[in-house]
Amino acid sequence: MATSDSVSQDLSLQRQSLLTWWRSGDPWIWLTSTAVAASVAAVLGLIGLLAVNGLAHFWPSQVLSIEYERFGTTTTIFGELSERESIGRYQFLEANPGYDRDLPTTVERWLIKTGNRQANPPDFRWLYAHDVIESSVPTSVVVIERTEWGDAFGHLVGIKAAGEPVEPGDLWEEFQARIERTASIREGIDELQEGSINGINYELESIRLEKRRRQLDAHHEFSDLEARESALRADYAVVENQVFDLTSELERDTASLALADGRVIDIPISTIIQAWMPNSMSIWQKLGLYFKNLWNFLTEDPREANTEGGVYPALFGTVLMVLLMSALVTPFGVIAALYLREYAKQGPLVQLIRIAVNNLAGVPSIVYGVFGLGFFVYLIGGTIDDLFFPEAKPAPTFGTPGLIWASLTLALLTVPVVIVSTEEGLTRIPREVREGSLALGATKAETIFKVVLPMASPSILTGMILAVARAAGEVAPLMLVGVVKLAPTLPIDGNFPYLHLERKFMHLGFHIYDVGFQSPNVDAARPLVFATALLLVLIIIVLNLTAITLRNRLEARYRVSVN
Amino acid sequence: MADERVDGNFELNTAPEVPTPASSIAEALSPDDWAEEDICLTVSELYLYYGDNEALSDISMSVARQRVTALIGPSGCGKSTLLRCFNRMNDLIDNVRITGEIELNGMEIHRTTVDIAQLRRRVGMVFQRPNPFPKSIYENVAYGLRLQGRLPKSELDDRVEWALKNAALWEEVSDRLNETALGLSGGQQQRLVIARAIAVQPDVLLLDEPASALDPISTLKIEELIHQLKQDYTILIVTHNMQQAARVSDYTGFLYLGKLVEYDTTNTIFTNPSEKQTEDYITGRYG
Repeated sequence: MATSDSVSQDLSLQRQSLLTWWRSGDPWIWLTSTAVAASVAAVLGLIGLLAVNGLAHFWPSQVLSIEYERFGTTTTIFGELSERESIGRYQFLEANPGYDRDLPTTVERWLIKTGNRQANPPDFRWLYAHDVIESSVPTSVVVIERTEWGDAFGHLVGIKAAGEPVEPGDLWEEFQARIERTASIREGIDELQEGSINGINYELESIRLEKRRRQLDAHHEFSDLEARESALRADYAVVENQVFDLTSELERDTASLALADGRVIDIPISTIIQAWMPNSMSIWQKLGLYFKNLWNFLTEDPREANTEGGVYPALFGTVLMVLLMSALVTPFGVIAALYLREYAKQGPLVQLIRIAVNNLAGVPSIVYGVFGLGFFVYLIGGTIDDLFFPEAKPAPTFGTPGLIWASLTLALLTVPVVIVSTEEGLTRIPREVREGSLALGATKAETIFKVVLPMASPSILTGMILAVARAAGEVAPLMLVGVVKLAPTLPIDGNFPYLHLERKFMHLGFHIYDVGFQSPNVDAARPLVFATALLLVLIIIVLNLTAITLRNRLEARYRVSVN
Repeated sequence: MADERVDGNFELNTAPEVPTPASSIAEALSPDDWAEEDICLTVSELYLYYGDNEALSDISMSVARQRVTALIGPSGCGKSTLLRCFNRMNDLIDNVRITGEIELNGMEIHRTTVDIAQLRRRVGMVFQRPNPFPKSIYENVAYGLRLQGRLPKSELDDRVEWALKNAALWEEVSDRLNETALGLSGGQQQRLVIARAIAVQPDVLLLDEPASALDPISTLKIEELIHQLKQDYTILIVTHNMQQAARVSDYTGFLYLGKLVEYDTTNTIFTNPSEKQTEDYITGRYG
């Protein structure tokens, strides 16, 4: 037992040690490390949230058969449980006035994806847990992914070919075989459409423009063009017939599906993308389907007003636009920085320009969009049309939003960061190294190209990284200068000149906005919003990591020794 | 040394036949007694201003061909500034104004017709801090050669090897020519920089405190190198270290506050200076 004296001594000691602890700077270390931990947690949390919400969508989840009673009617549905939540009793009572049974303080409700949007709408519905009489997991229930009307849930009861029922040994195997057959026919049609038909259309359009050009030049000799045109039209008719044949082949089969309420509907197999029986699949089969779905998401075109299918065109457009933007912004920014740092006489004017450049980085991006539309699209694009594409008028060629203008606008948006970081890199190069080059008889230009620029390349790449990070995430200006909800063709295809800079394109950022907030079917679109957002973040990470790796390599190569 | 890189009709390009130094120089005669052909550089009435600040005042001197001339003096006396006048490195600094004349082999280097890049090829320079480029050893030495136009690979190889041998570095780096020059030690880097300078076969070599950032052993190697190099080059060296000036140079100029106080054979300067200021500096009374 300590005496009172020793206790007070202890206290004073403690107070002192607290003070020492404070003065030692340890709290500062804690504070700074907490800030870092919070940032890391925020980033990981963001990616985690996107991943959990987005990636779960592709999992072939269980389909339940639920029997519930509501206002005296009993209904049976098939559906996937997509969300569950608890709401307060009063919230429930407000939404359901006149409900007279005893209730606990909270009520659980389930969001069920019931599919069958055409036969049994709506395809998402909320159920209250206390309404459910019975729920089971029927093993033979089938999920059918379709090109229209969303998924269908039901029991497969038969297959018809040209209206006549077929009696196969194994219904399920026959069903899968017929889906595969239509898939290969559809592939054939797509091939004809994307290959021959697109090519012929493209050439016909060139011929039309060439005719118009000759007319404008008061030159009325078209016989060569007309010969070519009629040959093309003959080709077109042949291909068209092939497509018609294939299409009628495609529409031969239908599948009969028994819904939960006992009705039987016929689904054309031509509209079926794939079908599976989630309740009787092993985990490995589910995993296989999961990765297949994920792959389709990345490589397929969107369907159903973007709420289903993949995001390939948006992915492609985003990456292409960012690459094009980098290719435009880097030389431009580097050259401007070279002038500012190496050639311009340092003084108030240059300082003023530098401040102006820095401030450009703070201009809201939508302002750049407006500028891009007014300057690039209408003025420059319009002038290009007047000078080089008069035959296409009044339809604009370059005088309309497109890939090149979007890239240029974003290049303008990001050029300040490239200038600033390049300038920083140029300043850091020791004077001795420059003088060493000059003293060997190199001119200033030779010194810049052989010594200064290579040594500044890590900083140039840093600028590019910052530019990419900013540009890849921009949406607002793009909506004005080239991004569309659905682009009919990719900006790169097999028709000369292969890269079509004037075309409109799709973009993941805009896709998120469009799918999430412009689509009629919010519940169906929500997981896609998360998945697309995750994809966009991952793309930015990948682009940045590539640039950072390259920069680190250059840095190691050009590190100036300290002796 | 024949000069293959001559182009144009610019006078500095046509390297004069380098005459064998007259015996007068060999005996280290006082600069007043030199024959005309012994003189490589002539400075007359040189003034240099940084803005309104007079950094060099009325410098007149001649530099002997294929001899080592040291410039000594306390910090800030203008010796490095004077050295940088010979290859017009001061042009890089804003606000510098120069009056007076400097002749290299009889050609005034400030004339507007003078190609500065050509001048710097003829007057090489080595700086205080080793400044190799962040390239390979080979590329560092080849840098000046490549600037003069394309050479066949074999000839480039030969000249790189020649320069490295003359800079006493070949033995140490011959097996790693393609490794980065930044991996060399400070002393090796400085010899590499000297090799880089002599690879273009200049007439004059300016050394701005070349050993001040080095350890004693590297310093010794550099000094030995200077001894060898003066067979072929006119060398001007700025140094803080008076023992070094005494060891390596034939002639010494003492600068103080921008003025050339005394300029004579090294022997005279260190044993029998005629100016009181020189004697005070040599004996360590200030500086």
